[in-house]
Amino acid sequence: MYVAVKGGERAIENAHAWLAEERRGDTDVAELSVEQIREQLGLAVNRVMAEGSLYDPDLAALAIKQARGDLIEAIFLIRAYRTTLPRFGDSLPMETANMACDRRISATYKDLPGGQILGPTFDYTHRLLDFKLAADGETPQAPERVATQEPVPHVTSFLNQEGLIEEAPREDTTPPDLTREPLEMPSPRALRLQALSRADEGFTLSMAYSTQRGYARNHAFVGELRIGAVPVEMDIPELGFAIEIGEVTLTECETVNQFKGSKSEPPQFTRGYGLVFGQTERKAISMALVDRALRWEELGEDNVGAPAQDAEFVLYHADNIQATGFLEHIKLPHYVDFQAELELVRKLRADAMAAQMPEAAE
Amino acid sequence: MKDLSPDQIARKSWMGLMAKAPKGQVAQLLDAATDRPEFTWLRAPEIGSVMVQGRAGGQGAPFNVGEITITRCALSLPCGTVGHAYIQGRSKPCAEASALVDALMLTEAADSIRDNVLTPLQETQTKARDTRAAKAAATKVDFFTMTRGDD
Repeated sequence: MYVAVKGGERAIENAHAWLAEERRGDTDVAELSVEQIREQLGLAVNRVMAEGSLYDPDLAALAIKQARGDLIEAIFLIRAYRTTLPRFGDSLPMETANMACDRRISATYKDLPGGQILGPTFDYTHRLLDFKLAADGETPQAPERVATQEPVPHVTSFLNQEGLIEEAPREDTTPPDLTREPLEMPSPRALRLQALSRADEGFTLSMAYSTQRGYARNHAFVGELRIGAVPVEMDIPELGFAIEIGEVTLTECETVNQFKGSKSEPPQFTRGYGLVFGQTERKAISMALVDRALRWEELGEDNVGAPAQDAEFVLYHADNIQATGFLEHIKLPHYVDFQAELELVRKLRADAMAAQMPEAAE
Repeated sequence: MKDLSPDQIARKSWMGLMAKAPKGQVAQLLDAATDRPEFTWLRAPEIGSVMVQGRAGGQGAPFNVGEITITRCALSLPCGTVGHAYIQGRSKPCAEASALVDALMLTEAADSIRDNVLTPLQETQTKARDTRAAKAAATKVDFFTMTRGDD
């Protein structure tokens, strides 16, 4: 039975008005501008772009302001906006080997062409609260050094020269797109990578952590982590050639994993891969570990029943907008559903009581 | 990738420069350089998205990473020259200015536009890139050996 009711419009309007007032907070404190969020809360902006799956720092900053800093709510706003945009086309695959690296580190080689570039990192900080930031601070100035123009090749290319790591053959296929067709199992690696790149950071981190703790352990080394700007090119039909249409900052993580070999492959290293919009290092490393765990089948490894090996489990629960949508809907009115349950429980109780009556009479 | 003619290479270069320019800069430089010519829209500015692809392992099969916002338009000058713009972000005025510069670069005004618009754009972007590279270089690790334990 479906019962339509009306009411609550005024309560809803007033709730939203109060939300706006609470969002603004104490009016004696200066209002936060979208530009301030974009410039000074850059890693929050990066996360919203990565999981919102839309690279636009101004929009992400606006979403964070509107969502009062609730990043999943902000990601929801970006995903909703994204659906209103006409799609002009697909870019050419980005060449991350040509990245202008802000950061580039390897945990597998100390000395490598291009060197270890730390970049603007939290690593090696003491994690002590800096009360100077609470006072009016001076403008910090980063030191500079003459940059050499040497190339910064991918670390896995060194291993590849020796044949010690699995090949990643270059292909020019058209990848599947989960924003156009529903995610179905079994999913090819291209689809898994797309899903992981926009997946919830916390979920991906926990899945990756589970592999480190022994659930589908695959001994990951961070072969390389790099962060920097990469141009985006697209073929323009009206011109007849490709042009750069923009530039994105990316975090890329390549893991090098132990592999004992299989029936068809000799012992060698295998690859896990993470590529995420923005400076999003924790997410990119997590993505690489989960990508590697999900590759068990194509590498001929055993399924040990670990959660991180279960593509259906991982991919169907990794999207925080799907998850929060389904989770949060249960707080909305279910009066009729519940009324039916109530009637059912009353009836079952009455039946049970009636069945007990003869015993009570004895 | 097919070989491009020198004219196509030049056009590819300036369109890429304008696509990545900071908001408002193309319009500002254009207006400082010249009065805007009359034009008619072939495609009024529209905001949309492009799906950006990466490659598995940085080099293998392509996959979709996510989208970027793009504004595009096309216009023609009274002489019939057509200018296009595909620029990053959501600015219709920036797209209009970029398409005008693209069209003017195909006319006799090219030298003046190159000197007054494209060269300053290139300088801004080169300087920004060099500054980041210099800051990154300052964080490059110089290892040195403290002791060696094998003798």
